[in-house]
Amino acid sequence: MLKNKSFVKRTRKGNIVRTVKEHYLRDDIVCGYENCKHAMCSEHPKGPLSATPRDSVQWGPHYLVPDTNAFVNQIDIFERPVINDVVVLSTVLDELRGLSMAVYNRVRSILRDKDRHWFVFSNEHHRETFVDRLASESPNDRNDRAIRVATKWLTAHLQDAGIKPVMVTNDEDNLRKARADGISACRMDECLRIYSEHPELLDMMGSVNLLEMDNWGGYPEHLTSVQIQAGLKASVLLQGTLQIAPYNYLEGSIYTKFPDGKERRVLIVGRNDMNRAIQGDKIAVKLHPRSQWRKAPSAALVDEDEDAVPDITKTACEAAIVPDTSSKASVAAAAAADGNANGERASKRARISEKGENDDSAASVAQDTVDPKDVTDGLLADEGEPTGYVVGIVRRNWRSYCAFLDPNFASKGARASSGPAAVSVLAMDRRVPKIKIRTRQLDILAGQRFVVAIDSWPKESRYPQGHFVRALGDAGDKSTETEVLLLEHDVPFQPFTKNVLSDLPLEGSSWLFDPERDQVSCGKRRDLRDLDICSIDPPGCTDIDDALHAFELPNGNYQVGVHIADVTNFVKPSTAMDKEAAHRSTTVYLVDRRIDMLPELLGTNLCSLMSNVDRLAFSCIWEMDQDANIVNVKFHKSVIHSKASLTYEQAQNRVDDPSMNDSITKGIRTLNMLAKKLRKRRTESGALTLSSPEVRFRLENDSQDPVDVEMKALKETNALVEEFMLLANISVAGKIYEHFPDSAILRRHPEPPAQNFDNLQQALKHLGIQLETGSSLALAQSLDRAVLPDDPYFNNLLRILTTRCMMQAQYFCSGTCTPEEFRHYGLATGIYTHFTSPIRRYADVMVHRLLHATIDRDATFGPELTDKTKMSEQCDVLNHRHRMAQQAGRASVELYTNLFFKGKTVEEPGYVTQILQNGFSVLIPSYGIEGVVYTTGKDSSSGPAVLEYVKEEHKLVSSDNSSSIELFQRVRVILQVDDKPVSANVSSMRRKLSLRLIEPQIRGISVTSDDLKLLRAAAEESRKAKMSDEKIIEMVSKHPDQVKTV
Amino acid sequence: MSRQELLSPEGLRVDGRRANELRRISCRASVLSSADGSAYYEQGNTKVLVAVYGPREPRAKAQFNHDEAIVNVEFNVAPFSTSERRKRSKGDKRLLEISSFVKQTFEGAIQRSVYPRSQIDIYIHLLQHDGGTLETCINAATLALVDAGVAMADYVCACTAGSIDDTPVLDLNGVEESSIETPDLTVAILPRTGNIALLQMESKLHTSKLEDVMDLAVEGCKHIHKKLDDAVLNAANDLASKLGR
Repeated sequence: MLKNKSFVKRTRKGNIVRTVKEHYLRDDIVCGYENCKHAMCSEHPKGPLSATPRDSVQWGPHYLVPDTNAFVNQIDIFERPVINDVVVLSTVLDELRGLSMAVYNRVRSILRDKDRHWFVFSNEHHRETFVDRLASESPNDRNDRAIRVATKWLTAHLQDAGIKPVMVTNDEDNLRKARADGISACRMDECLRIYSEHPELLDMMGSVNLLEMDNWGGYPEHLTSVQIQAGLKASVLLQGTLQIAPYNYLEGSIYTKFPDGKERRVLIVGRNDMNRAIQGDKIAVKLHPRSQWRKAPSAALVDEDEDAVPDITKTACEAAIVPDTSSKASVAAAAAADGNANGERASKRARISEKGENDDSAASVAQDTVDPKDVTDGLLADEGEPTGYVVGIVRRNWRSYCAFLDPNFASKGARASSGPAAVSVLAMDRRVPKIKIRTRQLDILAGQRFVVAIDSWPKESRYPQGHFVRALGDAGDKSTETEVLLLEHDVPFQPFTKNVLSDLPLEGSSWLFDPERDQVSCGKRRDLRDLDICSIDPPGCTDIDDALHAFELPNGNYQVGVHIADVTNFVKPSTAMDKEAAHRSTTVYLVDRRIDMLPELLGTNLCSLMSNVDRLAFSCIWEMDQDANIVNVKFHKSVIHSKASLTYEQAQNRVDDPSMNDSITKGIRTLNMLAKKLRKRRTESGALTLSSPEVRFRLENDSQDPVDVEMKALKETNALVEEFMLLANISVAGKIYEHFPDSAILRRHPEPPAQNFDNLQQALKHLGIQLETGSSLALAQSLDRAVLPDDPYFNNLLRILTTRCMMQAQYFCSGTCTPEEFRHYGLATGIYTHFTSPIRRYADVMVHRLLHATIDRDATFGPELTDKTKMSEQCDVLNHRHRMAQQAGRASVELYTNLFFKGKTVEEPGYVTQILQNGFSVLIPSYGIEGVVYTTGKDSSSGPAVLEYVKEEHKLVSSDNSSSIELFQRVRVILQVDDKPVSANVSSMRRKLSLRLIEPQIRGISVTSDDLKLLRAAAEESRKAKMSDEKIIEMVSKHPDQVKTV
Repeated sequence: MSRQELLSPEGLRVDGRRANELRRISCRASVLSSADGSAYYEQGNTKVLVAVYGPREPRAKAQFNHDEAIVNVEFNVAPFSTSERRKRSKGDKRLLEISSFVKQTFEGAIQRSVYPRSQIDIYIHLLQHDGGTLETCINAATLALVDAGVAMADYVCACTAGSIDDTPVLDLNGVEESSIETPDLTVAILPRTGNIALLQMESKLHTSKLEDVMDLAVEGCKHIHKKLDDAVLNAANDLASKLGR
C-alpha cells in the first residue's frame, strides 16, 4: 500500500514549504518470534525473539516493549545482559535518533548482540501498525499511540504462542490508555521487580526525583533553545564548551569567538554562575559587568568537601573555597553536612578576588551586563579577564562518571534498613559536581568505586541527580583504580568481541607468507627477503612496527629503506576489526599493561616485524647521496625477512664495537651517519628539542608493585630510528597529499601565540635570559643558549616549561585547512603525517590505505577515503583518543607514583613550575612528579592567604615582604601520600600525593622542624603497622565509627 | 547533527522499500491529442509529461541531414516541481545536460536513416521532482516515441541504482539521491539485446562495486520494460476499441 506523507517544514533560509514524501506500507514485516506459525512470518528466516522468554507472575512469558523515554532514562539498565527478549519499535528508534544519538547507538549495539534476543519491529512500515497523526494530536501523542497500536498488534499476533508483549512506559496517561485498550503495560520499576535476583537494577533507575526540601532559592531558569539561538545571532550571548579548571572546580571558562573576531576566554566562576552546567557542556553565556571582571590568576582548590554551595545571593564572583588537607577539616565537614552549619561555612569562605565588590546582589548582576560587541583588546588590558554566567545549555555532554560515596554519608553509622537512601557521591573527575543518587546498597558502596550516570539537574536541586550504574571494586585496589582511570579517560578497554576476532586470518599464529595469496607472484608486492633488514626497539618491545636497512649503491649513493608493518593487509576496510580499531584509534600504554588497538595475534605476531620470519611490510625506499639528500623515493608493499631485532643498547654496542663488521652492523653505521646529517639539517631549520619529565617504573615481577622509579634514558640509536621515521612520515605525507589533496590525513602543529610565553618570559627576565619566540628556529637557538652554569637541570626544566606553552599537535584532513596551516612547528617541516606505527595508531592505518591507493590503482579501499567530512570526523576521534591515551598514561604513572610513595615520606628538592593564586606547583625532577603546594595553609578557613599574588611580577609574596615564591625557584618539599584510611575523607579517596614545603621556610605554610620529625615518625610507624588497604576498607564498611577516630 | 539513516539495519529504506525494490510506476501513452506521440509517466513522486513531434521537416534548414533524421530534445522543469518554487533559465546547465543525455540515448535507438531530411522533436516536461529525473525522462520518451510510431531498434528502458553503506539499492528517491555520499548510476538498456544505451554516474563508486550496482540497475530496467510494454498494449487496445474493432 502506498501512502504519501505530507508535512510542512521550515527550510534553512526560513521559508516555509510543504514536503511530500512517499511512504510504502508493507505486508511482509515479520514479528520476530522465532517459532511464529503465521504464514508470512514463517516464510522469512527465524526471528531473534526466543520462544522461552522470561516468565512472570503477572504476565506469564512476555516480551518487553519499552517506549522512547524508557530507553533515554534507563539505557544503563537495558544494557545489563539480564534484560533479554525486548522488542524495539521503529517509532522508538526514530524518536531516539532525534533525542540522543548516544543512546540510539547503544540500543543499536545491544540489537547486534545475538545472545540478547532483541528485535526491531518496523511498525512504522507495517500496514496494520502504521498510524496517521490525527488533527488534534501532537507528534508525541501520535508516537505514543503508534507504540500502543504496535503492541496491540503484537499481542494479537502472539496470542497463539502464549507470549505477551508488555509495554514499558513511565507516562501515566499512556499507561491508562494502554490498559483501556487491553494491552499489558507497566512502569519501569514494576517491570524491574520481576528481576528479583538483581536488586541493583532498581538502583540503576534514572530520573527518580531526589529533591531535598530546604529553603534554598534554586538556580535561575535556563533560556529555551530558540531564545539562545536568537541571543547568539544578536551577539548578546556567547557560546562555548565549559572547561572547568583542573585545580579549581568552581572556576570554569569557555573559549569563544567574540563579535570582533578574536578568540578569548570568558571565566565563569562559582556554582551559581555556572547554573547547572557541567564540564564539557556546550553553553550559552552572558557577560558580567566590567566591575566583576577578574584581574588575578586562578586559585587552586583542593576538594569539594564542603556540603553547601555558596548562598545564592552572595555568590556573584566567588572564587575560592577552603582547601582540605587535614582530616580535621573533613570531620568538621561531616558535622556541617548534617545541615546546621551551611550559612556559617559559606560566610567563612576565603575570598580572594573582588574584595569589597561582592555586595552586588545577583539580581542587579542579571540586568547590568556587558555587550560582547563592546569587548576589545584595550578593554581587556584595563579590566582584566571577562567573566560571565550561564544562561542556557546548548547541548549537554554528560557521560557516566566514576565516583565514590561522599564520606559524610558513609560515616552515618549502621543503617539497619536496606530501603532506598538518597546519598551524594563524588566523581573522580573533580571538575564534576557531587551527584545525588538513590541506593539500597549503602553499606556495600562505602569504600568502593562505582559508575554513576547523571539523569537531570532540576533548578530546585543544588546538585545533579543521577543513578548508580555498576560497581567497580574497592578503592585503592590497583585493578579497580586502573579501571577507573581507563573509564575516566574514555579508553575502550573491553576484550575484543567475537565479531572482531573472526576477522583475523583463519590460520591464526601459524599464518605463513604465501607468494600467491600475498600478490608477490603477480608483481604487486616486492620480495625484499634477501636484504639485510633489522629492527631497533626498546627492550621488551613485542609490537615491532618498523625495520630498517641501508647499503651503498654502486654509484656511491646509499639505498635506505624503512619497512613498516603491513597492517592494512590484515585489517580490511569496513570489517568489524577495522571499525573497532577506528573506534579505539590508539594503543594505550599504562605502567603495567597495554590496551591494544588491534588483537594480540596481529599486533605482536603477524604484523610485528620479528626477526627470522617472513613478514609483510610497506616499504619506503630512498636513494640518498653522501650528504643525506634524497635523490628519489619509492613506496611499495613488500615481504621482508628481518635478520635481527635489536634493542637500542645492542644496536649502539654494534656501532661502537670496531670488531663487528657484518653487513647489519655496517648498515646501522651507514644509517647512523646519515641520521646525524639529517638531524643536523633539521636542527638548522628550527626543529625543537623539547623535554618532558618522563619516568619509568621498575615493577616487582609477581605483584606488579612499583619498586623503583627511573627516568627514561636516550641513546644515539634512539635518535637514529626517530630520524628515519620522521623522514618516512614526511615523504609519505607529501605523496598522499599530492594524490588526495582533499582527504589526506596529515598532522600539524600550530605555532604557539606569543602570549603563551608571557609568564615564562617574566620569570626568565630575573635570570637574565630572553626567549626568542618569533620562529621555531629562534626558539630552538635561544633554548640552547639558556643554560645556568650552577644548575645543570635548569635547561631541561626550561624545555619542560616551554613544552607546556606549545599548542597540541593534531591530526586533520587536508581538505579542511589551507596549505599554510599544514606546518608542523615542533619538527619544522611544512607537511607531516603518521605512517610508521600502524600497529598502535589508527591514523597510520588510514595513511597506509591512502598510500596504497596512490601506488596501486586497483587497491580496494573504503569509500570514506575520499570523503572529506568522514575523514575529518575520524580525525576528531583520533585527536580525542590520542589526547585521552596520553592522559591515561600519565594518570597511570600518577597512580603508581602514589603506590610507590604509600607509607613513605620523602624529602626532595624541586622547582616551582606554576604560580597559582593560592598555591604553586612544584616539579620534583628525580621522580618526575608534579604537585601543588597550597599557600592558604592548614587553618586558612578563617584567615587570609599567607602569600599574596602579585600580578606585575607573577609571583607570590608573603604579607611582610620577607619571602616570596616565583617560577624556577628551587625549593625543598616533603612528599607523602595521604596514608589515612581510604574513604575516611575525600582527599584520601582521590589519593593525591601531598607536598609540603620545607625550604624556604615561610611561616604558616612550611613544615616546621618539629612537624617534620613528627611526620617522619608517623611514616615510620605506619610502615611498621603494615596495615594494608584492604583491611582498612573492610573496617570502614563494617565499623564505620571506629575508623573515623583512627 | 546526525545524518539521516538511509538504509536501516533491518533492510528498509526511508520510504519503507527494501534495497531491491522499485518505486510505484504508472504510465499512460497518448495523453495529448495535438502531439504525434505523447506519454505521461510517474515513478514514485517523479512525474513527467513528454510530447513527440515528427518526423517532420526541420525548422532550421541549416541543420538538416540528407542521410538521416535529427533528434531534438528540449527538457523543461516546472517551477512548481519541487517543494520550493524555483524558476530555471533556459540555459541552465543541469537541464542542458539531461537533454543532451536523452538526445544521445535516442540517437542510437531511433532508426534515423528511415527518416532522411527530417527532424524528431522530443519535449520533456518535469512536473514533479523526487529523484531519478534522467531515468523517468528516458522511459517516458520511449513511450511517447512508440506512441508516435517512430521506428526504433527497441524500447529504451532506464533505471538508477546507487550504493548505500556498500549495499546496492535500486531506484533512488529524492532524499537518497541528494545525500552526498550516495553514488547514483543511471543505466539505459535495449531490453531485447541487453545492449547498454547509456551509462551515467554521479559521485564516486569504487570499481569493484560497480558491477553489482549495474546488475541491479539492469534488473530494474527489465521490470520497467514490462511496465512500458503494458502501457503500449493498453494504448493500442484503447485505440482499437475507439476504432470499433
